[in-house]
Amino acid sequence: MNIAVCIKQVPDSDKVTIDRETNRLNRAGVPSVINPFDENALELGLQLKDKYGGKVTVITMGPPQAEEALRECVSVGADEVILVTDRKFAGSDTWATSYTLSLAVQKAGDFDVVLFGKQAIDGDTAQVGPGVAYFMDIPVITYVKEAEKTDTGFKVKRVTEEGYQLWEVDGKAAFTVVKEANTMRLPSLKGKMRAKSATIITWGADDLGAEDAKIGLKGSPTIVKKVFSPPIKTNRETIQNEDPKQSVKELLGKLKERKLI
Amino acid sequence: MEYFLTDEQKMIVELSRKITEEHIIPNRARLDEEEIFPTEILKIIADADLYGLYIPEAYGGFGGGVMDFILAVEEFSRGCIGVSVSFAANALGIYPVLAFGTEEQKQKFLPPIAAGTKQAAFGLTEANAGSDAGGVQTTAELVGDHYVLNGTKQWITNGGEAEIYTVIAITDKAKGARGASAFIVEKGTPGFTFGKKEDKLGIRASATRELVFQDCKIPKANLLGKEGMGFIVAMKNLDHSRPGIAAQGVGLAQGAMEAAVKYSRERVQFGKPISAFQANQHKIANMATEIEAARCLLYQTARTIDSGNKDFSMESAMCKLYATDVANKVANEALQIFGGYGYMREYPVEKMFRDAKILQIYEGTNEIQRNVIALDAIKKSAKQDKK
Amino acid sequence: MSNKEIWIFAEQREGVISLATLELLSEGQILAAKSGYTLCAVLLSADDSKILQELYNYGAKKVYSAVGPKLSYYQNDYYSKVVADLIIEKKPEIVLYGATSVGRSLAPTIAVMVNAGLTADCTELDFDTEQMLLLQTRPAFGGNIMATILCPNHRPQMSTVRPNVFKKNKLGDKEKGESVSVKVDLSKVKDRMRLLEETKEEVDAVDLCEAEFIVSGGRGVGSPEKFIVLQDLAKELGAAVGASRATVDAGWIAHFHQVGQTGKTVCPKVYIACGISGAIQHLAGMQSSDFIIAINKDPQANIFDVADIGVVGDLHDIVPELTSQIKALKK
Repeated sequence: MNIAVCIKQVPDSDKVTIDRETNRLNRAGVPSVINPFDENALELGLQLKDKYGGKVTVITMGPPQAEEALRECVSVGADEVILVTDRKFAGSDTWATSYTLSLAVQKAGDFDVVLFGKQAIDGDTAQVGPGVAYFMDIPVITYVKEAEKTDTGFKVKRVTEEGYQLWEVDGKAAFTVVKEANTMRLPSLKGKMRAKSATIITWGADDLGAEDAKIGLKGSPTIVKKVFSPPIKTNRETIQNEDPKQSVKELLGKLKERKLI
Repeated sequence: MEYFLTDEQKMIVELSRKITEEHIIPNRARLDEEEIFPTEILKIIADADLYGLYIPEAYGGFGGGVMDFILAVEEFSRGCIGVSVSFAANALGIYPVLAFGTEEQKQKFLPPIAAGTKQAAFGLTEANAGSDAGGVQTTAELVGDHYVLNGTKQWITNGGEAEIYTVIAITDKAKGARGASAFIVEKGTPGFTFGKKEDKLGIRASATRELVFQDCKIPKANLLGKEGMGFIVAMKNLDHSRPGIAAQGVGLAQGAMEAAVKYSRERVQFGKPISAFQANQHKIANMATEIEAARCLLYQTARTIDSGNKDFSMESAMCKLYATDVANKVANEALQIFGGYGYMREYPVEKMFRDAKILQIYEGTNEIQRNVIALDAIKKSAKQDKK
Repeated sequence: MSNKEIWIFAEQREGVISLATLELLSEGQILAAKSGYTLCAVLLSADDSKILQELYNYGAKKVYSAVGPKLSYYQNDYYSKVVADLIIEKKPEIVLYGATSVGRSLAPTIAVMVNAGLTADCTELDFDTEQMLLLQTRPAFGGNIMATILCPNHRPQMSTVRPNVFKKNKLGDKEKGESVSVKVDLSKVKDRMRLLEETKEEVDAVDLCEAEFIVSGGRGVGSPEKFIVLQDLAKELGAAVGASRATVDAGWIAHFHQVGQTGKTVCPKVYIACGISGAIQHLAGMQSSDFIIAINKDPQANIFDVADIGVVGDLHDIVPELTSQIKALKK
């Protein structure tokens, strides 16, 4: 089985700053991790490889430092890793990202399945999976917890607010994967050593034949108008006593005043 | 402190630390309370390729040395030495094969240990043979194509869980110290059974059992080295594995100290965190310094062994002695810093306190270690005089 | 140009309109008033007869109703084709979806098909009458940041909005509205995925999203066993138990209880945050609670910025004491 996994490297700390001009996050120089949901997607890909044989290719679009995330993927078992990077991609929102990634996935090979994490924890939009699927004209099933190969395609278990659904999909497909699906395996020592010397295939806008109008800031329909701190409540009260009994008494008193209990 | 680790050694530390944080620490209290052998954690360690660190690549290992191995043991020990001894005892159990085995024996017994699919254990100690290893009474009689073993080994770590045992038994009583031989015995061999699991003060995740041999027939080919080499095998084995125990000491002490320092920053008395009080600060300073000294001695010893030095008994004894004494001191002080909370089983430090004690006893008591070191110093002094 | 309409995607499951839809329609009433646009709903179903009136009751002046057997449940290929075609034909200004498992799958697909801008998980919507643009506000990662997003040029402007963010506003029981029948032609859409079976799970805990009182625990709880202290309080209050992402990630409590950006959004009368620091991801899930009480031993914790009453103290002292004093009051 030929498996592609799209991952995103996301900032790990609250040391992120905002570029005042473009109102986008400054990502360079901030400690980063693989987006946690993408780890679930990668683990599903590795499990499919364990079960059905084949190859796992990991693709990410990001700044050059995203290479670290790709090496981490090698250390847990990814066979091939591709970095899609170009100054022209800077500022891409999800539409532009989906377009660019779809070009990369199609250039990278003929995949039976393309996997994504449910959402990226920095943007939370959950749009890139369905976006790439659309550009590639393959069906997409979101919130996937389990997947198995069938003669005609795949059978997947999808999580909803109320329980589960069992879906059948024909041919090649894209899945977005939820946290409940699995826990990413630990790297092995051999894996880490492989990761250290792994070749990172790197592609820019020209390698992909990307149309200028569809990438980077030019390709993004939404813009960030402003960023601000969430409003701090006024009329806040604080209770602090050495004796917890006293604190609780005061708390209950105030709650009764406001008729909450 | 710069330890001059290679890139691969740094990977070993990272990987071991991750396993400790994600799997050992969250489970250690339960493993201790219920005396559960850490099978799952050992499997995770094996899957991470950490089981065969000291085993040559030809047999499926990483091809590293003592230094690579003790780095992993140290990290696991920060979490729980019950788990780390279950891991480290494999080295003690299989090193005799590595050092003295025939090519055939190595091909048979090393790969499953390197892969972590089997566990190993070392059987020397008996009821009458602790520090006085010469008091071994288990016999091995050559009968035709087999050796027949009779006797009982006591307090064997990984006893009952391991599949591969290296055992010291007397083949010729008349020859005294030269009358013992080393053998490989596999679990399931008829006549080889185990005693009950011992109920211990600490390292309760580790399985400690008697090995009982009753007319246990093993193939002649399971003799390690030559007849009469038994104690040489045993001594070389212990010399080689003592750094592992030292690593347990360093790791445990580090874990205890870190817990105590963190607690001292959070615990407020007399309007201040207790870390502000000089008495506690001095405790912390002593702990930190002694741990660092123990670590440096350990790393230096490991590198000395890896450099090919043939004789390292004294260094090995030193690093074991020092690190394990430090571990006990630190565990005690750490508990003291925790005060009343330290005495409660809800907090991790009382387990470290209980666990630490065995470090001064097994793999050669610290008294024996001092004998070794003293004799070496005396010998050196005598040599000086001869010049 | 655009037809000056605001569309709410009306999500139905087995013929029942979702609460998120009703909440969105209610907010839509406000946006329509401010913008002057007409509030409409888009409904895909196998049978719309029992649903239309409820949509009118919550403010939809017009319902674009597509009826067909293939539309009885959400199937991404069919739903996206019908809605995208309709958007391309009618050119609405704004399209809003509930951020449910349906909305968060459907909206991105449509956004790409019609090249619209999409902002997910908005916690606030507003209309800028000067620029005549929808203002979409959502929390952004990396610390205490909220971002207001605009879609200046592409149409429609689309957002997904979490359930429990807006309050429902029913206008009446017999409101008037117009239904526009949408022609459904799915003949050219490949039949490449189908639902085989659906299983509903029984959950007997008080549902977080419906609860009036929530007692929520964070890293300060310390261990999975200590959650019982919060469960005891919850029992006394008839409350649901919530949790921060840190505790769920640590395996102390099931994901089902997680409140926050990647968990549930809740809107109770009273939210009691115990040992929760107040990271933006968590605040995003509970900020719209009517009344927030925070219990934390760190007086500098972020959670105190959004709490109506902050209690500085160790939750292991305060919470059991609270439970026992409430028990005493009840007697």
